[in-house]
Amino acid sequence: MEQTAAGPILIFRNVSFGFDENLVLRDVSFELTRGATLIIHGAAGSGKTVLLKIALGLLRPTSGRVILFGQDVTEYTEQQWFDVRSRIGVLFQEGGLFDSFSIEDNVGYPLVNQPLLQVPPEEVAPRVEQSLEFVELGHTLEKFPSELSGGMRRRVGIARAIVTQPELMLYDSPTAGLDPITANTIMALIVKGRDMRRATTLIVTHRHQDGEILERFRWDDSIGGLKKVEGATAGTRYLVLEDGRIAFLGSPAEFDVCNEPHVAKFSSR
Amino acid sequence: MLELLKAPILTFQEFVLLAGRAASGIFRKPYYWDDVFIQMDLIGVGSLPVVILTGFFSGAVMALQMSRALRTYGATSQVGMIVAITLVREMGPVLTALMVAGRNSSGMASELGSMKVTEQIDAMRALGTDPVMKLVKPRLLATAFVLPLLTVLADFVGLVGGYVVACTMLHLTTASEYWSSAWHAIGYDDIAQGLVKPFIFAIVLSLVGCYYGMQTKGGTQGVGRATTQAVVVASVWVVVLTFIIGRVFVTM
Repeated sequence: MEQTAAGPILIFRNVSFGFDENLVLRDVSFELTRGATLIIHGAAGSGKTVLLKIALGLLRPTSGRVILFGQDVTEYTEQQWFDVRSRIGVLFQEGGLFDSFSIEDNVGYPLVNQPLLQVPPEEVAPRVEQSLEFVELGHTLEKFPSELSGGMRRRVGIARAIVTQPELMLYDSPTAGLDPITANTIMALIVKGRDMRRATTLIVTHRHQDGEILERFRWDDSIGGLKKVEGATAGTRYLVLEDGRIAFLGSPAEFDVCNEPHVAKFSSR
Repeated sequence: MLELLKAPILTFQEFVLLAGRAASGIFRKPYYWDDVFIQMDLIGVGSLPVVILTGFFSGAVMALQMSRALRTYGATSQVGMIVAITLVREMGPVLTALMVAGRNSSGMASELGSMKVTEQIDAMRALGTDPVMKLVKPRLLATAFVLPLLTVLADFVGLVGGYVVACTMLHLTTASEYWSSAWHAIGYDDIAQGLVKPFIFAIVLSLVGCYYGMQTKGGTQGVGRATTQAVVVASVWVVVLTFIIGRVFVTM
């Protein structure tokens, strides 16, 4: 699973999913280079989540190829996928936390269960704490997901996604169902994760503000918050899905001037 | 016609695939023994009250209903034999399995179904665990181990129920006659049948519960639907299988 530093981390080549008239994804192709950010916009039912699940091997494409970390993973078995997934962090739409486990066990789960990671037992607790501190929830170790608010659960989800220090981060609608203030806190954490760990980031969202935060802000550790940058952050690209097809794929500058109605409603400018 | 058959055939195919994966998983690592013991406690210890009650009253009812017929033929001394044979061959395994289907197949379907609709099963796969190994295998192993034990218990308590009705309530026969006719009536093939049945039922009950749980779609409504389907399908399979297994033993 060797990979050159500059090559794309994730490639979708003519990926389709579904059958006949029920195609959820149609001929989707894009590349995500190391350290870059890809913001995927689309209305509900446009195939965003399916795209993300294909990238994670939870669904197998009907046609096309998926290349991850330089390996063609399209035909991988579930066992082979476990090795690939140990290099990917994911935040599910509702957080996907195990409600019968404490927060500590939730965040420690990938460390204990990823077969490839082999984390010594004494290292699990400190890494869990460190990860929870990152999302400013260090005091919730003993609690259960049901005791936390929606925003806090999402933050625990981020802590669990980054605890293995993955190279690629996937976020599925991280701000869905949250109030604007909490949503901005979540986005700030995603920017923090991207800039402090230089993780390649793929985010699926229907909120144009999420894309703008990722595009125009960087994490500034000296002030402990976000700082606006001139122009766009390097390596940011937009992808807009419409009924499973790519309606737009390009840089923020191209995104800003695209007049196509379906694309323009996500750029809000 | 073909269109009508498509859905049940697809369901059966997916069920067989899950069963195959679970079966091959039994001989592969990892083993989540903690989960196996938790499930044994939930299914085995948790079902004790209902299994004991059902067993006792099924034996009691059997003795009660048989009393008139036996009196007609002057064969009241054979009541122990009749209770023992019906319980060990048929009623013990079937009623215990139906109780466990109601309690645990539904429990498995609703628990796994809730996990499915809240993306916990996807999360599990994403974080390095095979849900078949972590969720299905422990439930399969635990049910296959405890259901035969529960059945033996139900059989025994049922015999006690029969004894209470036959000897202390209706005075059909003496205690020693009751127990000795019961003891002599049961052959090795009855015991084999009485243990093979719950073992096979256990495999079906747990896999049906897990299958409908893992197939859940459509939010909380879907969880309710999955739970109902699991109980109905598991119960129907129990009565169908008891006939098939019974047929095999009768011709043997």
